[in-house]
Amino acid sequence: MRFKHVFSIIGPSMVGPSSSHTAGAVRIGRVARQLLGCQPEKVEATLYGSFAETYWGHGTDLALTAGLLNFDTDDERIPEADIEAEKAGMSIEWVQGKGNGPHPNSVKLKLWAGERKAEMVAASIGGGTIAVYALNGFDVQMTGEYPTIAVTHTDSRGVIADLTGLLSREGVNIGYMDVDRKGRSEAAMTVFELDSAPAPSVLEEMARLPHILEVTMIDLTQRS
Amino acid sequence: MRFETLEQLADICLKENKTIAEVMLEDQAKETGVPAEDVFRQMAEYYQVMKEAVRKGLTGNTKSRSGLTGGDAKKVADYMRQGDTSLGEPSAMAMAYALAVSEVNASMGRIIATPTAGSCGIIPGVFVSSQERFGWEDDKLVRGLFTAGAIGYVIANNASISGAEGGCQAEVGSAIGMAAGAMVELRGGSPRQAVHAVGLAMKNCLGLICDPVAGLVEIPCIVRNGLGAVTALAAADMALAGVGSVIPADEVIGVMLEVGSAMPSKHRETGKGGLAATPTGRRLTRELVEQRRRKAKEAKETKQPPSDTP
Repeated sequence: MRFKHVFSIIGPSMVGPSSSHTAGAVRIGRVARQLLGCQPEKVEATLYGSFAETYWGHGTDLALTAGLLNFDTDDERIPEADIEAEKAGMSIEWVQGKGNGPHPNSVKLKLWAGERKAEMVAASIGGGTIAVYALNGFDVQMTGEYPTIAVTHTDSRGVIADLTGLLSREGVNIGYMDVDRKGRSEAAMTVFELDSAPAPSVLEEMARLPHILEVTMIDLTQRS
Repeated sequence: MRFETLEQLADICLKENKTIAEVMLEDQAKETGVPAEDVFRQMAEYYQVMKEAVRKGLTGNTKSRSGLTGGDAKKVADYMRQGDTSLGEPSAMAMAYALAVSEVNASMGRIIATPTAGSCGIIPGVFVSSQERFGWEDDKLVRGLFTAGAIGYVIANNASISGAEGGCQAEVGSAIGMAAGAMVELRGGSPRQAVHAVGLAMKNCLGLICDPVAGLVEIPCIVRNGLGAVTALAAADMALAGVGSVIPADEVIGVMLEVGSAMPSKHRETGKGGLAATPTGRRLTRELVEQRRRKAKEAKETKQPPSDTP
């Protein structure tokens, strides 16, 4: 069954006009913002395919901006997200991408805040559902449907066992996971989609494990 | 969920002497592990958003960002108040309300996707106008949303609710079927009659292509929502009068999948065929592209002051 429950038919609550080009774009922006871990100051957004063709009429630019401000899909400030961005001190450069990217509705986002930097590639695949294809240059996939942890670490024996062991001890079930590394013994990223959000203390403990560089929580299931 | 087809859904209702809404609420609670009262509360919140969207569409400014649409709901409501509609007031009101919600959607207002943003006007149009007409409590309409949701769940899983996959029949067509079936149950019809209404309504939408001008959820989406609300009321009346869908609703849903799968891609939400590719559709698309370029250029000029300023 592709549709699992009644609120995938009646819902989501959203600001129009398009579940894929507006609601999905808000969710993509929110994932990027949470990946960076704070309010971005500067953003470069490269739009591909149908996103690039129809972003104006669908308000995809406003929707992405709203997501980068951590707004939810039904936030009535979405139509004025450009003004809100200015207030928050965020400047965005819009770039027309060449070709389709990984999907007809896709976007590449680069974010900066002080010393912090983040990058992601994602697409809106219909009905507000999104697919993330890459985080910070690692080819890892996630959907934003579940509380998600993105862990940057060194590629080293036992790291994944340590991570999954910790989640298991804390009673958190892993629904999906994905791993990518730059090369042997180089930087790597592991992404976990979880059935429940772990306590902040679990994330702190995770960050103290050997070989861990950074632990980032991405959770669109909580209202902003 | 315990049902995959409308036939199974109606059988469960008959066996357990329950309405479609009751079965859907129970199954939803069981499936997601969320208590039934919380599930109901979430749906009740959604219904308030729908009512607010109707109000906003009739009283607020609904000019879309492209400037192509807005204000039609008000025109229909004003005309209706003059008292000489060909349709009769209840249907004209449902039509005005459905247009209102779709215009709110096009102008970046808040709506509930039912089942999608492109088809978000039909269910609120039918529900809110009927509530005013019959004096129903909110809770009754919230139950009706579970009926509509159960029908949509079967359609989505056996065919599609995406214009990109199955054309407009999958979006507007599904919404009309959902609204028609729900209306039958709201008026006291049996689950079996509700299922007939779905079949009757959807038969009248088969083959409808998704051909939005410039790819926007405006032309013809908004008008199709307005007319869709009227079709839903008509199908509900037919079923309540005892008319059955000779081809069972589940088989009609199968046809929707067959037709949707055979539909060329230019008729599936790409903005490349149908009304979008007419001389007027192309001209409007061109004008929008030019307007966008002009605005982008203006924005760039205002952002970058001349280089000789300190």
